[in-house]
Amino acid sequence: MSDATDSVQQRLTHLISEADDAISTSADVAAVEEIRVRYLGKKGVLTEQLKLLGGLPPDERPRIGKLVNEAKELLQKKLHARKQALEAAERNRLLERETLDVTLPGRGVRLGGLHPVTRTLERLETLFTRMGFDVAEGPEIEDDYHNFEALNIPPDHPSRAMHDTFYFDSHTLLRTHTSPVQIRYMEKNKPPLRIIASGRVYRCDSDVTHTPMFHQIEGLMVDESISFADLKGVLIDFLNHFFEMKLKVRFRPSYFPFTEPSAEVDIGCVICGAKGCRVCKQTGWLEVLGCGMVHPAVFRHVKIDAERYTGFAFGLGVERLAMLRYGVDDTRLFYENDLRFLQQFR
Amino acid sequence: MKISEKWLREWVSPRLDTKALASRLTMAGLEVGAIEPVAPDLSRVVVGEILSIVPHPAAERLQCCRVRIGKTKSLNVVCGAANAEVGMKAPLALPGARLPNGVTVRQSDIWGIKSGGMLCSGQELGLEDSSDGLFVLEKKAKVGAPLKTYLALDDKSLEIDLTPNRGDCLSVLGIAREVTAITGAKLKRPKIKNVPPKSRRKIRVTLRAAQDCPHYVGRVIEDINPHAVTPTWMKERLRRSGLRSIHPVVDVTNYVMLELGQPMHAFDLDKLAGGITVRLAKKGEALMFLDGNKARMKPDNLLIADEKGPLALAGVMGGADSAVTETTHSLFLESAFFRPETIARQARRLSLQTESSQRFERGVDPALQHEALQRATALLLRIAGGKPGPVIEQTAKRHLPKPVTVPLRTERIPRVLGLKFAANRVETVMKRLGMRVKKTAGGWRVVPPMYRFDLAGEVDLIEELARIHGYETLPSRLPQAPMSLPSLPETHIEDSRLRALLVDRDYQEVITYSFIDPALQALLEPQTRPAMLTNPISANMAAMRTSLWPGLLQTMVYNQNRQQTRMRLFELGRRFVPRADGMDQSRILAGAVSGDALAEQWGTKARPADFYDVKADLEALIGLSGRLQDFRFAPAQHPALQPGQTAVILDPERQQVGLMGRLHPLVQSKLALDREVVLFEIQISAINTRKIPNFHEIPRFPAIRRDLAVIVAEKTPAQAVLDCVTKVAGKLLVNLELFDEYRGEGIDSGRKSLALGLTLQDSSRTLKEEEVEAIMGKVVSSLEAELQARLRR
Repeated sequence: MSDATDSVQQRLTHLISEADDAISTSADVAAVEEIRVRYLGKKGVLTEQLKLLGGLPPDERPRIGKLVNEAKELLQKKLHARKQALEAAERNRLLERETLDVTLPGRGVRLGGLHPVTRTLERLETLFTRMGFDVAEGPEIEDDYHNFEALNIPPDHPSRAMHDTFYFDSHTLLRTHTSPVQIRYMEKNKPPLRIIASGRVYRCDSDVTHTPMFHQIEGLMVDESISFADLKGVLIDFLNHFFEMKLKVRFRPSYFPFTEPSAEVDIGCVICGAKGCRVCKQTGWLEVLGCGMVHPAVFRHVKIDAERYTGFAFGLGVERLAMLRYGVDDTRLFYENDLRFLQQFR
Repeated sequence: MKISEKWLREWVSPRLDTKALASRLTMAGLEVGAIEPVAPDLSRVVVGEILSIVPHPAAERLQCCRVRIGKTKSLNVVCGAANAEVGMKAPLALPGARLPNGVTVRQSDIWGIKSGGMLCSGQELGLEDSSDGLFVLEKKAKVGAPLKTYLALDDKSLEIDLTPNRGDCLSVLGIAREVTAITGAKLKRPKIKNVPPKSRRKIRVTLRAAQDCPHYVGRVIEDINPHAVTPTWMKERLRRSGLRSIHPVVDVTNYVMLELGQPMHAFDLDKLAGGITVRLAKKGEALMFLDGNKARMKPDNLLIADEKGPLALAGVMGGADSAVTETTHSLFLESAFFRPETIARQARRLSLQTESSQRFERGVDPALQHEALQRATALLLRIAGGKPGPVIEQTAKRHLPKPVTVPLRTERIPRVLGLKFAANRVETVMKRLGMRVKKTAGGWRVVPPMYRFDLAGEVDLIEELARIHGYETLPSRLPQAPMSLPSLPETHIEDSRLRALLVDRDYQEVITYSFIDPALQALLEPQTRPAMLTNPISANMAAMRTSLWPGLLQTMVYNQNRQQTRMRLFELGRRFVPRADGMDQSRILAGAVSGDALAEQWGTKARPADFYDVKADLEALIGLSGRLQDFRFAPAQHPALQPGQTAVILDPERQQVGLMGRLHPLVQSKLALDREVVLFEIQISAINTRKIPNFHEIPRFPAIRRDLAVIVAEKTPAQAVLDCVTKVAGKLLVNLELFDEYRGEGIDSGRKSLALGLTLQDSSRTLKEEEVEAIMGKVVSSLEAELQARLRR
């Protein structure tokens, strides 16, 4: 081995250790690049070493050439590693700077809410339409004929007293129930019929348990073989599904001029589990709806053959159901529209 | 109908306790609403007899009584009652007795005199609403006996909520009949004997309106004892049915009414001028009622009159002038049948619902008048003596209700009830209900009793069968029907979708009354005259709303008073506008927005919601129809809205379907609303139909976007600019966006700059630069020509 070779070797060792130091202390990607240019660039210190090969004995050239190339490769690796490390650190620094407080609330539009009566009505309509009932509607300012006469309530009938009707004149009034929709629907459609009709109804009555306006939902089913048994079946099924529990249900004889037989339906009190409480007046029962078999006189008014067809009808108070479902204890709350009340039903 | 259980059990007493009996009645359609003890617990209250009275030495208004409470036992009682007298029997509460007012009676020392108990008034015992002195007991009361026993207070009142068809149950007799039918227990109907006349005194009775009054029975009773008092047992029964004791004669008629269901009336004979005529009212006649109210009679009012004029409004209420008083010596008793519709009409017209009218309008047994008169005579004679005259009876037979024969077909029963009944079961039920039943081929012929006014058709009988058999025992099944699909028009947008959109945009739904304060109505919609209720619940709920805004604004005021500062409300409902061709009852969706545009939150600068925020909500609503671009908002005027911030909404046919704008500041301050309000309303029918999408190919060639800023006069609406561009750019314009509006530096005052982005595209090729330039050139020159616009450089 010649001295010249020795000196190249020493020089290489020195250069590498020198570059190593520079790399490990380099502060950023630019500094690393600078080091690369300094050592490995066209005029870099290591590249220069290759040029010196010519001055060496020919038999030593390959060995020294290899050494120089190895040194270059080593340096390249170190530079690359350092660059990646620095880049990663830089990226991390950037990401760090963009760190959010993920616990801060989101921004933008908040959600509003439905009125509890609407919420209940929509649920009622969904249940009945899934059972195959169509939805019908009718006017709120009604005539005496559709609200009373066609429903077998002639003038001076004692049950008119139960209705506390609001009048505009002797034959125009605010409907006292949703039953006139039955009449209007049967005037235009022939059996088989299966409808519900819901909406506002009005009675001039106002206290803790009455508001002069409230909502009803009315059901009507007419076909050739509809009996009281079907009425019981539909309503029991409905009540169990509405309250989502197996309820005690009882049918009690009652009176409506437009149905015969007529019934009122009580459910086992959902507030106290039918044990007796203030809401059910200690009886364990809650009256929830009225119903019955359509009176033949009603069929006669709408020209449906009462011999061939039978049908049932029912009507229920939406506020009543909403109160029981949500535990509301004063019906007037529904129409005060206090936002603190309404927002509880979101 | 309130009834004493003990009284009922005298007539029929099934082996059922009170609760079970009540439950059976309820389940047969006679709903027992309440069962109440007829008196509080009055243990340690006994019958006492006042032996002597001496004034209290130290207190002027008190006296010291010696009260006997046993054969030999007596004690000293200090008492302040003015009606105390020697020999009187009165309730004495002994030490330890707890009175309903919470007082526990003790031995006491009253101004130096020992008192061993307390002599009580009816009020103190909870037996009267108000009392004037001690509760006087009858002479025959057994001294020392517990008051509970003497007054038979271990009784309950049943409050039965009768349906209007069951007038026949407004009496002990009626309920007893019902109990018999339900339970099969025997009816113990006391025999009512005729009371023979003791005088010949008669008065003439003439029926002039036989249709309205086909049966009238009466008799004179002379020389009654004016000092007679109603016996305690009768007073108690009246009380237990919720009636006050008034006068022995009145009490007797009330008693008979409660017992048999026949309302009666007694006239003071000495105040009658000539005979009695039952007739329709004459023009100008008036009557002063018992309760002191005076009413003018209508020509179709049925009257009981004498020669001088009206004495009573038949079947409803008697007149003050001929009423029985403490000085009455002789009287005329009336027991009549009136046509139910007649009484219903006159009771309703005058808003006079009385015990009497309630029964007559539901129907009184037309065969009952004679029996009731005899019963009343007998009771009256027992209490007040007197000489009865002969029974006077007038009948117009052809106007009396006739028995009806109702066919009942065997096959019809299961068709209505879903259950077959054995023939003998049907017959048993019918007979128990007092019906005459005759078998026919395929069923029966049934004759309901005359006291049942509600049984006229086959289905009524089927209900009776179901009722007595028990609704509980009827089967229940789900109806069978073909599984056909309902129609589901894809073009229809459900209300629930409209509501959901607003809810998702932070609106709270409210439901407000359809009738509103006429003053508020006039403030907001002075141009529309609302329909007015003739009988509103109050004056400020008398006008039918012609807009939903009054309700929404009232709700805002209500909530503002409860510290709410940000409100976004909507309501979906009808409004009522009288029009020449009838009442417009359109369904409307309306909203009111006040306070910050966004709920309070970090990182967003708070600003009040304005016209454009609300317009965006409306555009979203209209957008559900897929035809937003065909609707227009046009400047308009409305009395409730601020000029310059008011727009009408026009549908694709340019019909006005809605309105929006900022509440006029004057109206806002009149309503005392703190913050500005933006309102909108739109007809549901205008936005609840949508297009069915029709696919066309996605363009494969690039679109070209060109932006343009034009300066136009302040008054030129943006819509005019957009319309002009759309028209000129033609089919190749696939999108047009107005992305900026600018005033200020570089723009002359009175003008504004609008920046538009046009997207042009052809579905079959790439547009050439020259074509695009040509279109843009045309657009600019049209804007210049039509709207005096200037291109902004």
